[in-house]
Amino acid sequence: MAFNYDKYMRPGKLPHIWCPGCAHGIVMKSIIRALDRVGLDKDRTVIVSGIGCASRMPGYVDFNTLHTTHGRSLAFATGVKMADPSLNVICVAGDGDSLAIGGNHFIHACRRNIDITMIVFNNNIYGMTGGQFSPTTPHGKLASTTPYGNPDYAFDVAELSMGAGATYVSRGTVYHAIPLERQIADGITHKGFSVIDALCTCPTTYGRRNKLGSPIDMILWFKDNTVGLKAAQKLSPEELEGKILTGVFRNDIKPEYCEEYQKIIEMAQGAVAGG
Amino acid sequence: MSAVKALKEERVVAEHEGRQITIIPRYCKGCEICVKLCPQSVLEIKDFKVHVARIQDCTECMLCEIRCPDFAIEIAGKGKKGKS
Ligand SMILES: Cc1ncc(C[n+]2csc(CCOP(=O)(O)OP(=O)(O)O)c2C)c(N)n1
Ligand code: SF4
Ligand code: SF4
Ligand code: SF4
Ligand SMILES: [Mg+2]
Repeated sequence: MAFNYDKYMRPGKLPHIWCPGCAHGIVMKSIIRALDRVGLDKDRTVIVSGIGCASRMPGYVDFNTLHTTHGRSLAFATGVKMADPSLNVICVAGDGDSLAIGGNHFIHACRRNIDITMIVFNNNIYGMTGGQFSPTTPHGKLASTTPYGNPDYAFDVAELSMGAGATYVSRGTVYHAIPLERQIADGITHKGFSVIDALCTCPTTYGRRNKLGSPIDMILWFKDNTVGLKAAQKLSPEELEGKILTGVFRNDIKPEYCEEYQKIIEMAQGAVAGG
Repeated sequence: MSAVKALKEERVVAEHEGRQITIIPRYCKGCEICVKLCPQSVLEIKDFKVHVARIQDCTECMLCEIRCPDFAIEIAGKGKKGKS
């Protein structure tokens, strides 16, 4: 049965600005179904973004939304969450927004384990500004700023998040849109900092330059080049060569930042009251 | 038999034995993701928009609806309510 997206959309906003075949829309739909799955109250939920094609997402959905400055969605989101920890706070960001200009905010939000869900629309490129390389552009790939191939090596968003201290870490793809929806729902339910690395596509500035074919070719690439964590356990290192792992990498319980901060407030108030 | 009729100018609904495929032409960007994903070749592009060509072959697998980035195609029916 068709899913009723209208219930969560701001009326009159479609068609969205994304290019034909841009997979950002598939991630947005997975997020909407995840929000529905968790059953969050629209008025108690805040969706925050920075700048980029991905960051246009909150403009389409009927929640409390903040479209902030490039790379700073987590700084604003942290402020919102600290002001009222009972709110559900979700960040949506591009790979450039979250890991290049916003990389510092990203690792420190992971480290604090603040109860925010970060969804990285990872299309391996700065889409909005015409295809400059990003921290997730694979080695050797072409971008407007790497016309001879990218000499850098890409971040593994899951490894980076775990190293920095995030307590829920997963990776999904737009081909595997239902598992992606489930991961986003679990990330939202998780108490602590959650990172969902949502592998998606930019046919316009990345696919064309790297001759990756049509939008559907780029989406089907994920089907052939990713392996779920469970399946990966049964494969040899040779069979896993060049494959991207997907699934839930970490789901741990650790004290959450707002709760820890509240304890400090109470301790300090006790110290003052006690003279 | 299948029939196609327009509702409220922007929705085109194809029907076949309780199954409905709804297209919202103004949202569709003709990207062909749904067309290429459909295992039953139900969908076609005509004049840069998606069209329902063989609704009787649709298995309501939802491959197209889940991955249309543009909210332009909806499947409803009495069959499996599976999402894939
Ligand atoms: C302070 C600042 N620096 C640079 C820019 C230009 N800029 C806008 S979007 C963007 C990158 C977007 O890439 P990404 O976050 O991956 O999002 P995508 O467009 O790929 O979804 C840049 C560099 C800006 N808006 N503000
Ligand atoms: S430039 Fe790339 S990321 Fe931006 S809307 Fe177009 S396809 Fe999507
Ligand atoms: S539901 Fe499945 S069979 Fe029916 S049109 Fe969509 S992809 Fe084709
Ligand atoms: S996937 Fe959506 S936007 Fe693309 S052709 Fe099909 S209906 Fe149109
Ligand atoms: Mg990007």
